[in-house]
Amino acid sequence: MLRTAIRNLLAHKARLTMSGLAVILGVAFVAGTLTFTDALNKTFTDLFKDAAADVSVEPKAAFDTGMAGMDMNSASSSLPAALVEKVTGVDGVAAAAGYVQANGVYVLDADGHVADTGGAPGIGISWTTDPELNSASLIDGHAPTSSDEVAIDSATADDLGYHVGDTITVLTTGPRMHATLVGIFRYGQDGGLAGASMTAFDTATAQRLLLAPGRFSEIGIAAADGTSHTVLAGRLADALGASYQVNTKEQKAADQAASLEDSLKFINTFLLVFAGVALFVGSFLILNTFSMLVAQRTRELALLRALGASRRQVTRAVLIEALLLGLVGATVGLGGGYALAYALKGLFGQFGLTIDSNLTLTGATITWSYAIGVAVTLVAAYLPARRAAKVPPVAAMRADLVTTPRPLRVRTITGGVTAALSGVGLAAGTAGGTPPLVAMGAVGLLVAVIVLSPVLAVPFVRGLGAVLPRLAGTTGRLAKENALRNPRRTAATSSALMIGLALVTGFSIIGASARASIDRTVDDVLRADYVMSAAMGQPFTTKVADQVRGIDGVRSVAVERYGTAQINGHQGYFSAYDPAVVGDALAIHMTDGKLSALAGDTILVSAKEATSAGLEVGDPVSFEVANGQSRRLTVAGVYGDDNALGPYVIALDTYTATGGVPLDQNVYVTLDPDADTAAVHEALDRVVADYPVVQLRDAEGYKQDKRAGIDQLLTLINALLALSVLIAVLVVVNTLVLSVIERTRELGLLRALGMNRRQVRRMVRLEAIVISLYGAALGIGLGTVLGLALTTVLHSQGLVATAVPVPQLVLELALGGLIGLVAAALPARRAGRLDVLDAISAT
Amino acid sequence: MSALEQGNAAPYPVATATDARATLPTTLPTTLPVARCEALTKVYGDGEARVVALDGVSVKFHPGQFTAIMGPSGSGKSTLMHVMAGLDAPTYGRAWIGDAELSGLGDKGLTRLRRDRIGFIFQAFNLVPTLSALENITLPMDIAGRKPDQAWLDQVIDTVGLRPRLSHRPAELSGGQQQRVACARALASRPDIVFADEPTGNLDSRTGAEILGFLQSSARTLGQTIVMVTHDPVAASYADRVVFLADGRIVDEIDSPTADRVLERMKSFDGTELTDRNGAA
Repeated sequence: MLRTAIRNLLAHKARLTMSGLAVILGVAFVAGTLTFTDALNKTFTDLFKDAAADVSVEPKAAFDTGMAGMDMNSASSSLPAALVEKVTGVDGVAAAAGYVQANGVYVLDADGHVADTGGAPGIGISWTTDPELNSASLIDGHAPTSSDEVAIDSATADDLGYHVGDTITVLTTGPRMHATLVGIFRYGQDGGLAGASMTAFDTATAQRLLLAPGRFSEIGIAAADGTSHTVLAGRLADALGASYQVNTKEQKAADQAASLEDSLKFINTFLLVFAGVALFVGSFLILNTFSMLVAQRTRELALLRALGASRRQVTRAVLIEALLLGLVGATVGLGGGYALAYALKGLFGQFGLTIDSNLTLTGATITWSYAIGVAVTLVAAYLPARRAAKVPPVAAMRADLVTTPRPLRVRTITGGVTAALSGVGLAAGTAGGTPPLVAMGAVGLLVAVIVLSPVLAVPFVRGLGAVLPRLAGTTGRLAKENALRNPRRTAATSSALMIGLALVTGFSIIGASARASIDRTVDDVLRADYVMSAAMGQPFTTKVADQVRGIDGVRSVAVERYGTAQINGHQGYFSAYDPAVVGDALAIHMTDGKLSALAGDTILVSAKEATSAGLEVGDPVSFEVANGQSRRLTVAGVYGDDNALGPYVIALDTYTATGGVPLDQNVYVTLDPDADTAAVHEALDRVVADYPVVQLRDAEGYKQDKRAGIDQLLTLINALLALSVLIAVLVVVNTLVLSVIERTRELGLLRALGMNRRQVRRMVRLEAIVISLYGAALGIGLGTVLGLALTTVLHSQGLVATAVPVPQLVLELALGGLIGLVAAALPARRAGRLDVLDAISAT
Repeated sequence: MSALEQGNAAPYPVATATDARATLPTTLPTTLPVARCEALTKVYGDGEARVVALDGVSVKFHPGQFTAIMGPSGSGKSTLMHVMAGLDAPTYGRAWIGDAELSGLGDKGLTRLRRDRIGFIFQAFNLVPTLSALENITLPMDIAGRKPDQAWLDQVIDTVGLRPRLSHRPAELSGGQQQRVACARALASRPDIVFADEPTGNLDSRTGAEILGFLQSSARTLGQTIVMVTHDPVAASYADRVVFLADGRIVDEIDSPTADRVLERMKSFDGTELTDRNGAA
């Protein structure tokens, strides 16, 4: 039986190619997506697993700020150097070393620009000389030993083309420094910093530049042989007392992974959704291709039955064939998926998001790939076999076994009901702001559209097809009729494109709405003429504000700093301003109390937060920051601008008094009404020139800058979705080739009747365009509904405006047509090349 | 031989053939053939597998003449038709449709020739399933971007008796009706010559007789030149002339045939008839 199965497989090359390609594409899509999302995820979660120290000592935080990993540069939350000796004395400590780590350190490229880290921070560290305690290892040169020497990570060195011996410029939160690059190191196992750059100084220099002389951010400890990390951590905690945080390597990794997971929740959810889409589309693709091959298959199996094969033998032959095909297809697909992931990794690198983690085919990926490849193939092959068993063997003798298209009534009803229910769920969820209901409605609507797709295809193709005969005569009419011939197939062919473009459209609407929301918020709130901020939202030195204050024509300079605090025991973000000038910079819309009441002992609350926290003007609140300092404040006012200002606003005095770092997040510059704008601008430019990390923007530029973040995110999402569009193209190619093969005799007849090759090719192309346009239109429609629903739900998250990017949607539709044209290239060529005589005598 | 009897009982009696042709209004000189070939040779394969499908065939088809090409399977009759219709190229020899020499035309020229000057009727799968009967009939002209001659079209449609079924798709028509649509299509564009390849092979004898009668009257009353390939003596008896092919050569020819005479001829070739040759049919 195995031999028959193998023979059978090889005997039908066209069918083998089609169904094999379907399995390969489906599995490649699944494997590629899973491999890539794994790598993306691992890049972030592995970032902190490379810590070398067995146990570490940190200043105790009153609470976990929830800011992942790297915001440890609070000067007040540091350790005295003397603590290192105390730690060394503890039994079981083999070695201990203090080190410094801070954000806001950037290496400038040869042109004096800040190296693009794609949103990742620029980190400065002190070089730990004990290799046992150092997470980085030198791969070239030597460690920095004096104040004019630095070492940088290998990825940054490669990016900027720096070599040991070069003189480089390093920006710090303090002064800019020129130093000799003396070493290049690799961080952790695979050099993974997720695009962040790292600059190492000798300890004294790092302390001076990044922290304070004689202070450390953290102490790393190596345990003596035979001492467990947990035991040592317990001893250290006893020896040092309650004011320090002692963590084992394992605890720390777990904590950081947990807090990171929290902040990466969005991207994880997205990747999961995308993997789900991949699994769905992959299975769908295989099932569909097999169902298209059913007519040919049925006849062949009926013949076997007529020749005396038992039903069981036929079924077994089919399943063995499918198993072989599934195994081979899944294996090739796995390889293809890996290649796809590799290509995506390169693509992401182009957008500045470095994926360090090596691409690995994990067990889960392999399992899913084979599950989809083999199991779905088995099911897909079994269905026609079962149908064939029902066909009377004599049917095999008929030359023209036509599988009569089943009516679409059941589909219309189930699809209609699902659509109606999902629509109601979506509307109710949107109106009531219940995301689970919206999610269910969205998924339901997607399913409904897939079910209804063959039903909707008929009027769409008729409508669109009405212009085809006018455009391309008989060729056009034939193309239209071909697309109408089997609505199920038309729907299946366009389904991958539909899903891909639905996602693209949904995200583009959310993106456009987010951009519009930013514009509206900035227009609403920003009063200042200029905003100065650092790249990647890093805080920067107060010297900038100081220098700007000295410029003629500047009326006021308001600095903005951010932080996290426990307010009445609940964690919340706050911004801090100087009450005297904040009114010049920002138009804060008070709904209760007065802005002028903001002072050292008061706090302002956003209307939204006031409602959820139950706060009113006059209420006392406890305010505690991470270093343990706390104040009693009184609510002095409630403002409406939650999106622009966050939940709490405090006075700069309170921030400083509670040990806040003297670094500015934003500097708002307001000019005198009669100032010479050009001269002031020039003066501001001169200030900024000394601080390459700081950027000067007017309101429009500020909006653009904020929008850029969204654009980057959208680009990344679209890059991922490009994979699904690529698969969509291949699906269209696959179906069209199959159609051309099936219609060989018909094409031969048309050629015999005088249709020339060009007309045949055009006919195939037009059919492909109609089918692709259908998929695109359906996807764009579905995506618009979903995008608008999600935008409405996200209203409370700051999506205050709704925008539909019509030009982009039109472009997507055109893209749909173009995809049809591209996909038709090969099948059209094939159809045009058919030999007339072979075609009309084909069986 | 019930098929034979039924063939004779057809509504178009063979005996009237000569009278009908005498009444033809055509003024075309009968000496100028619509199609002809000279020393056509077609060889398939090489070495051991070498098969000579046509071996120096020369034949002329005259205006308004309904010619049947008869022969056992493997005699080369289908190959002759394919070469004459520009669907296949000969190994040696030349063929003309009117004054157009086929070997001088490329794929484009041949396509145009088929479209504008030749009509086809195949054994099966004659119609485009997505088009209605009427659309199938006008298809060659639609492909060419020409307007059909409405009066002529009406006449053809009425002759085949298809008017009530014009908007139906092929799947909604019986086999005989489908073949009548194919005949109408072959005639509608007023081609120089119609090639029919076993047009009744898939039909029961009664329906087949209808189609054959229709082809016969097209030649006689409309002056349509028709070449039909068949292995059925009854079908051949509807023609004005039968050309017998065996082993790729023309072995005989009879005018005004009857089914009995054709059958007799065929029987006389029985001795020389070879077993089925692959690729030469």
